[in-house]
Amino acid sequence: MVAISVRNLDKTFGRNKALKNVSVELDEKEMVALIGASGSGKSTLIRHIAGLVVSDKGRGEINVFGTAIQKDGTLAKGVRKHRREIGVVFQQFNLVGRLTVLTNVLMGVLGVAPSWRTLLGIFTNEEKQKAMNALGRVGIASHAAQRSSNLSGGQQQRAAIARTIVQGAKLILADEPIASLDPASSRKVMDNLAHVNREDGVTVLVSLHQVDYAIKYCPRTIAMREGEVVFDGPSHRLTPEFLQEIYGADSIELLSPEEQRRKAESKRADQPAQPAADGDLVLAYAAR
Amino acid sequence: MTTVTHRNSDPQTPPRDLKRSVISLVGWALFFMLLAWSWEDADMRPMDLFNDAANMGQFASGFFPPDFTEWKMYVSEIIITFKIAVWGTVLAIVFSIPFGIMSSENIVPWWICQPTRRLMDMFRAINEMVFAMLFVVAVGLGPFAGVLALWVHTTGVLAKLFSEAVESIDPRPIEGIRATGANALHEIIFGVIPQVLPLWISYSLYRFESNVRSATVLGIVGAGGIGMLLWEYIRGFYYAETAAVMILIIVSVSLLDLLSQRLRKLVT
Repeated sequence: MVAISVRNLDKTFGRNKALKNVSVELDEKEMVALIGASGSGKSTLIRHIAGLVVSDKGRGEINVFGTAIQKDGTLAKGVRKHRREIGVVFQQFNLVGRLTVLTNVLMGVLGVAPSWRTLLGIFTNEEKQKAMNALGRVGIASHAAQRSSNLSGGQQQRAAIARTIVQGAKLILADEPIASLDPASSRKVMDNLAHVNREDGVTVLVSLHQVDYAIKYCPRTIAMREGEVVFDGPSHRLTPEFLQEIYGADSIELLSPEEQRRKAESKRADQPAQPAADGDLVLAYAAR
Repeated sequence: MTTVTHRNSDPQTPPRDLKRSVISLVGWALFFMLLAWSWEDADMRPMDLFNDAANMGQFASGFFPPDFTEWKMYVSEIIITFKIAVWGTVLAIVFSIPFGIMSSENIVPWWICQPTRRLMDMFRAINEMVFAMLFVVAVGLGPFAGVLALWVHTTGVLAKLFSEAVESIDPRPIEGIRATGANALHEIIFGVIPQVLPLWISYSLYRFESNVRSATVLGIVGAGGIGMLLWEYIRGFYYAETAAVMILIIVSVSLLDLLSQRLRKLVT
């Protein structure tokens, strides 16, 4: 079954064309990376699929699990209900800082539970247990009673993933989930996403700034540049030469800081041998 | 002795900006013209303060010693005043929550926001004393008219303050809640209110303080409380009693201000 189908999407912000005729299709249970430099349109695309932004008038349509999210620049009717199936993980976590971690995760039931009850802030024991189990899965159950603003960035992001688990989302859209995290937290967050993908069969589309994470976690990668899809295929085909080719001078930005440093060092150390060394590096990451 | 000499390599002091100096001069000139223009109609007679100093001294001496004989009545009237403020403020808070959200640009479309804001402007523009006079006519003399007056005026003030808090929230948590398939009310209850609650409580307590102060004069127009008594004493030239009432008002209002300040520090 097709999880996401984006057809001929155009989006303009003022004079700036953020998306140019973007068409993308994801199958159920896939884990796909969306890479590209800052401003390449990754976030814009994800926000469109989540139904948080609409495209230009009369330009393109988006279906998720066969149901319309938006078409020709108008949100589909019943998109609020449809959003239940789509869990979104944001770069800045988007938790409510003054509420406890548990309450934040319980927000996942809002789309399903009866409104009269949830509007009064009443959650059943069953719902609470479900939230606690989700927190257990992402490994932060012991922080459930704390205000979410007291958690580290990585822990907050894992709480956000727990929220999508409670939601019972069949699709997770992660918009730069690790862009503001340190490497150790980044790995934990990516591991959480990979587990949910593998164990629950949840389709995951994750936009990333750093190519090495895409290669390590996602079998397939979609690469964007200036609002266009410039690559869509197996992640192992992403070699430094290829990145150089599609991103030009921007390609250095797509590697993690550690790798940028290594690349710079290897360049200084041995100019002629540089391409080969880089190729090894990427392959080494892919093999891990 | 050392002197600072200018060398070519030193950074240059920027030249004086002529345009800004002129604007600042014109600004001051306009300000003084405003003061002069307002002098006559404001009936400014500062010399009278000195010329009639003897009269004023005699007037002031009438206040001493303050007469506390009827203190039990004063205190019970002050407690009534406090109760007027409690009900006026609480009703206003209850109504300011929906009105405040309905006048926040980032939550509702303009065709809800603008009319609500204009209504709140009306509530706010008219002083509580004026409302008190109107309500005395409508519901009769007594504290209820005072409660209604405080309620309407305070709703206008608090709704504006509440909406300003709402307009400065972080939109991202709300987006996070929206993304779970929640409805608009969920977004407000779980996304907006937790963010603004400390500010809202602080504003409400502050308005309660000022409502106690306002309630002390509502009685002047017949809307109940200590003001009624105060007005009777002033009109009847009972200055010793007036002084006693004023002292009691000052003490109780200051105590309340202190208490409310403590409470506000606690929430923010």
